[in-house]
Amino acid sequence: MEKEVMSSLKMAGNILCSASSFIRKCIFGVLRVGPIPNHIAFIMDGNRRYAKKQKLSHDGAAGGGGRYDAGFWALMVMLLYCQELGVKYITAYAFSIDNFKRKPEEVESLMASMLEKFHLLDILVKRLAVRVHFAGNLELLSNELRASAMELTEATAEYSKSVLTICIAYTSRDEILHAVLESCEQKRIDLEFDNDDDNEIKLMKVEKNMYMAVAPDPDIIIRTGGENRLSNFLLWQSCWSHLHSMWVLWPEIGVWNLVFAILNFQRNKTYYLEMKKKEKEL
Amino acid sequence: MPFSLHFSPTPLITAPSPLSKPFFLVPYYHTLHAPKSPLCSSREHALTHQGKQEAFDRRPEDSQTLPLGLRKDAMPSHVAVIMDGNRRWARLRDLPVRSGYEAGVESLRKIVEICCKWGIKVLSVFAFSSDNWFRPKVEVEFLMSLFERGMQEDTGIFFRENIRISVIGDLTKLPKALQELMVNLEEATKNNARFQLIVAVSYSGHYDVVQACQRLALKAKCGLIEPSDINVSLMEQELETNCTEFPHPDLLIRTSGEFRISNFMLWQLAYTELFFAQSLWPDFGEAEFLKALLAFQQRQRRYGV
Repeated sequence: MEKEVMSSLKMAGNILCSASSFIRKCIFGVLRVGPIPNHIAFIMDGNRRYAKKQKLSHDGAAGGGGRYDAGFWALMVMLLYCQELGVKYITAYAFSIDNFKRKPEEVESLMASMLEKFHLLDILVKRLAVRVHFAGNLELLSNELRASAMELTEATAEYSKSVLTICIAYTSRDEILHAVLESCEQKRIDLEFDNDDDNEIKLMKVEKNMYMAVAPDPDIIIRTGGENRLSNFLLWQSCWSHLHSMWVLWPEIGVWNLVFAILNFQRNKTYYLEMKKKEKEL
Repeated sequence: MPFSLHFSPTPLITAPSPLSKPFFLVPYYHTLHAPKSPLCSSREHALTHQGKQEAFDRRPEDSQTLPLGLRKDAMPSHVAVIMDGNRRWARLRDLPVRSGYEAGVESLRKIVEICCKWGIKVLSVFAFSSDNWFRPKVEVEFLMSLFERGMQEDTGIFFRENIRISVIGDLTKLPKALQELMVNLEEATKNNARFQLIVAVSYSGHYDVVQACQRLALKAKCGLIEPSDINVSLMEQELETNCTEFPHPDLLIRTSGEFRISNFMLWQLAYTELFFAQSLWPDFGEAEFLKALLAFQQRQRRYGV
């Protein structure tokens, strides 16, 4: 009797999953009638509030449910949905240079959690044929973390279905400064060896030296957690992006949040394309 | 006391334009600036009630300049505004586009007056973007003449009210007469200390960073600095916002319901609180500005930590 009840429940669960999957496919089909963003960036805010809400421990060990585990899985789910929709570039703001100012034990716990997740990420992205790129000042990370990041980047360099950029030890001002320094150095070399008389540094030269040069400018920047600010994320690239802030905490983000953000983007796409074209002409 | 002879007494509540974008087309995700909804109304009611309590507790002299609910200690030092919606405002009323711009100038005058009254130190306004050069020639010429006329007419007010004017952007593209007027006005008002109005004309955030980069490269080439010395602080000294004591806006307001920055002050907006107002710029008055400031004061600023 009990077995029958369990198998009925299992069947009901499967039917519900199939039904929700079918509904999702239909919704995505409708969305694809309009323009789909090429690049979505996420500011993954709200992990600590979620952990507090769920009373999660710092410990990432099995059974402990680390603070950022739910956030990691939320990112993977978003990656899956974006791939299904046809969004080629996904960027996630994982760790800011400003986050180093947090309590040392918190930073350590976060770094340990990231290192643990890289191994999982390695398996998942190879399955999904996703190229992984790390944007940020990786010199600020520990040797182990940096080595893992480089290894993952190299291992996935040939995949082209989607590109996942993880911003780690990143701030936009640091990125711009780094690009400015590189551009100045290149100009100095050009002037010295090529007798280049043009002293001007062009906008495109600066853009080429950005950490985010691997991806085009984001079409949408989604921030969870209810705040309405960029927090030093993609300042250079966000000039024409549609900014979408949502109250939901990052680990709670779902397909409907993504659908709503894309619908809003589709209302304004024409203007965005026009402005990008004009800036290139300038 | 009227701020200038051009002003009529400012109404406390500005009615939203009946022809503004309907609520159902607007994404509902930030209750404090969305048009009226049940949740929005209750949130505003809570804020107003809190404001009334605070006003009751406040000393008499503090309540003279600030309206109910606003805390003096939490006022932003620098507010930036993207004045969007002038043309739509005119089109919705079957008026020529120039009427929209003129209404926009009046709205700006009111906001400047309010900023002076409420103790905001700096107001930056995005008057004309680098991309706006692509607009029809007639429209661009009208805007240039409007800037010229506005600056000439309000010169007396700037001196009387102790307002400093700064202009940022690529001024080389502007007509010579306007360039001279702007430079002279900047020079003449540079010692005014009560309030600073920064007008961004022919400006873009990308242009600002690139020109700072070029200046640093030139300094490095001339041996004034070492390339390895280039840091955030040096970079900020070369940005166009080096004309003010408060180069980073605390609050950015964009009107007309668009949710983007449109290439305005990109570097400077790193930790700025963003507020997207639904009303069009000519309709943006004291009530909407108060909403924006109340929303700002409710936010917890962590500066990335």
